[in-house]
Amino acid sequence: MTEPTDAINVLAEDIPSPGEKFYPSFKPTPELEAEAREYVAMYPEGRELSAVLPIIHMVQEKFGFICARSIPWIAEMCKSTPIHVAGVVSFYPGIRRKCPGKWHIRVCHTIACAMSGGEDLLKFICGKIGVKPEEMTEAEPMAVSADGLWSIEAVECLAHCGFGPNVMVNDTLYSRVTPEKMDEILEEYRRRD
Amino acid sequence: MSPEQPILPKDAAAAEGKVNVQINGTWYRFPKGTRIADACNSVGVHVPCFCYHPKLSVAGSCRMCLVEQGMPPRLAPGATPTYNEDGYQTIQWMPRAVVACANTVAENMGIRTNGTVCTQARRAVLEFLLTNHPLDCPICDQAGECKLQEYTADYGSPTHRFTEAKIKKGKHIEIGPRVNLDQERCVLCRRCVRFMKEVVGEEVLGVVGRGGHNAIACYPGKTLDSNYSMNVVDICPVGAMTSRDFRFRMRVWFLKSTPTIDVNCGTGTNIYVWSREQQVYRITPRQNDEVNSCWMPDSHRLNYRYINSGKRLLTPLVKTDAEAPQRAAAWEPIIKAAAEQLRLCDPGQLAFIVSARLTNEELFLAGELAQLLGVKALDIVPRRGESDGMLISADRNPNSTGAQIVLHKNGGTLDNIRRGIKIGKIRSLVVLGEDVTAEAAITAEQLAALDYLLVIDHTENATTQAADVVLPGVTFAEKYGTMVNVTGRIQRLNRAIDPLGEAKADWEILAALLRECCGDLPGAAAHATSAQEVLDVMAAQIEELNGVSWASIGNQGQQIIDTGVSIPLIDREKANK
Repeated sequence: MTEPTDAINVLAEDIPSPGEKFYPSFKPTPELEAEAREYVAMYPEGRELSAVLPIIHMVQEKFGFICARSIPWIAEMCKSTPIHVAGVVSFYPGIRRKCPGKWHIRVCHTIACAMSGGEDLLKFICGKIGVKPEEMTEAEPMAVSADGLWSIEAVECLAHCGFGPNVMVNDTLYSRVTPEKMDEILEEYRRRD
Repeated sequence: MSPEQPILPKDAAAAEGKVNVQINGTWYRFPKGTRIADACNSVGVHVPCFCYHPKLSVAGSCRMCLVEQGMPPRLAPGATPTYNEDGYQTIQWMPRAVVACANTVAENMGIRTNGTVCTQARRAVLEFLLTNHPLDCPICDQAGECKLQEYTADYGSPTHRFTEAKIKKGKHIEIGPRVNLDQERCVLCRRCVRFMKEVVGEEVLGVVGRGGHNAIACYPGKTLDSNYSMNVVDICPVGAMTSRDFRFRMRVWFLKSTPTIDVNCGTGTNIYVWSREQQVYRITPRQNDEVNSCWMPDSHRLNYRYINSGKRLLTPLVKTDAEAPQRAAAWEPIIKAAAEQLRLCDPGQLAFIVSARLTNEELFLAGELAQLLGVKALDIVPRRGESDGMLISADRNPNSTGAQIVLHKNGGTLDNIRRGIKIGKIRSLVVLGEDVTAEAAITAEQLAALDYLLVIDHTENATTQAADVVLPGVTFAEKYGTMVNVTGRIQRLNRAIDPLGEAKADWEILAALLRECCGDLPGAAAHATSAQEVLDVMAAQIEELNGVSWASIGNQGQQIIDTGVSIPLIDREKANK
């Protein structure tokens, strides 16, 4: 059971992650602001709030996750409030409050993939990248390896059900993944390092 | 169509801008655009709601107001509608319930709240709401006035199928200086979020998380510290938002609520005073769309502790000698002695300082007394502040308009009285309900130098301490009376508790003084046996009050004059309609 005040403070607390060394830390530069303003300009006046998701995605792509410092900045950009942005961020599982590893592995565990070997594959990958499957909890579904190189997360449908099990590494989708194939994929990324 | 063809109900209703709606088998007419929930409630068919609040935008999120709805069947191409002998089309009921708050009535619509569809929908919604609810009613402040409790008793299921562990969330979070949040009790109606955004305009509350982890929160570093924050406690249908002032102090079912008005400023916010025996426990706003909508400022709501404070004057006090301490006295001899002393005073050397915090009846009797004694120097103490642009008026006296109507006084001659006291021209002073050492800026030394000082007040202060005679009056919660707010609306004060100790309502004291002073002279107001009778006398004498009676004012007040002053929050609400 959490302490009562934590229920509020947790909204502005960063969860430390070894992956942070592979991403720049959030800085509200003029360039970043200009980029955010472009998104805001896409919507009619008075509807600046609509840009909240595009800006969140932009920040996550650049900095790996939505850190506590970026929430008030995002709110300022789309003329909203920090609590609203925090609400959006905490609603979507795809939006992270913790920095992933350099290579973020998403393993589908929806029924088709789970039945075609996804469950075992998840455990297999955990072993390969050196994290424990128990580290993936309901509260913190993503586990990051100690070297910060890898992170793993069980996700819902990756929309390629006929070709399971599906795995996504950063933005690349791999289908019909077997442990052998996974070994090759991981090796490939390791070499890229 | 032959001329004797009867007019169909739909055409008759359309002529009035209304529509016919069948609710639980009976046909009613409602104006177009009426929400189904409002329509049902207006004819006594109860529709339970958590998220719907008539003063806030519609969320439609709680699903508690689900009702069974039907419309006439869609016609085949070329077919004409058929009407039954009463002139209505048959209603084709929809298989699924609709929310009554977000949908409006339509011609020939049918609503059923007593069928299986509705009963099952309500039961299911309550079952979901109770899955993660802590069921801590025995220690919950909302118990007794909780909608979840009420609806579960009315529509809930006697059994519970949820056996899993409940999700734990934050409890007793001090979300603001006056409000506590319990996330587990919350039904996520978001009334508080919408209130802060739409009415106050400070978006400090929001919803975080998803699914069962959904919770109301404010962003760290921000707090719910608006002067209107405690209204979220009132609109919260459950015990999620609780008043830190009231929590754990009294079970609500022991409290009696008395409709009256707030006396902290000229707005005259309509309120309920919640009391048990002789103790006031809390004040909540009472809806009046012309005065305060459904809201009130925290600063006014929390200003009630003085009613039961230890500083209250409970017996008449008298100083027999200039240097002697005040000692308790009995009412009858002290009224006699005071009246005698007042009659002995030279009217040119006597002044009255009355409070615009007194009721019209008291001001009227004070005026009568001054007139009888031949006193010209009488005025109120003006009390100006700044309007907050919502409900707090710049006039911090609750009855300045009343003083203007009854006494034609607005504080303009207070300076003369003050100067008269300073130069010793005024030797005796009668003070009603004011600490003149405060806003009236008369020093304690000047008071001590007076020949005679008579004070009627409810609480000990520098003025009562200097008085030769102190007659204990009462606070607004202990008396009947009327006041006129800044807009010119006369409103009623009701007695919530009996006068404490031996204190008497100020109008009673003034009437007694008047009777003693006038001797055998017949004076209608002096012989009044209630504040209502004084009002009747005033209504006959004062033009603005002609035709006004206790009954005509009612609980919502009565506009008697137009002062040209308006209440900003009400202006905004009307503009948004």
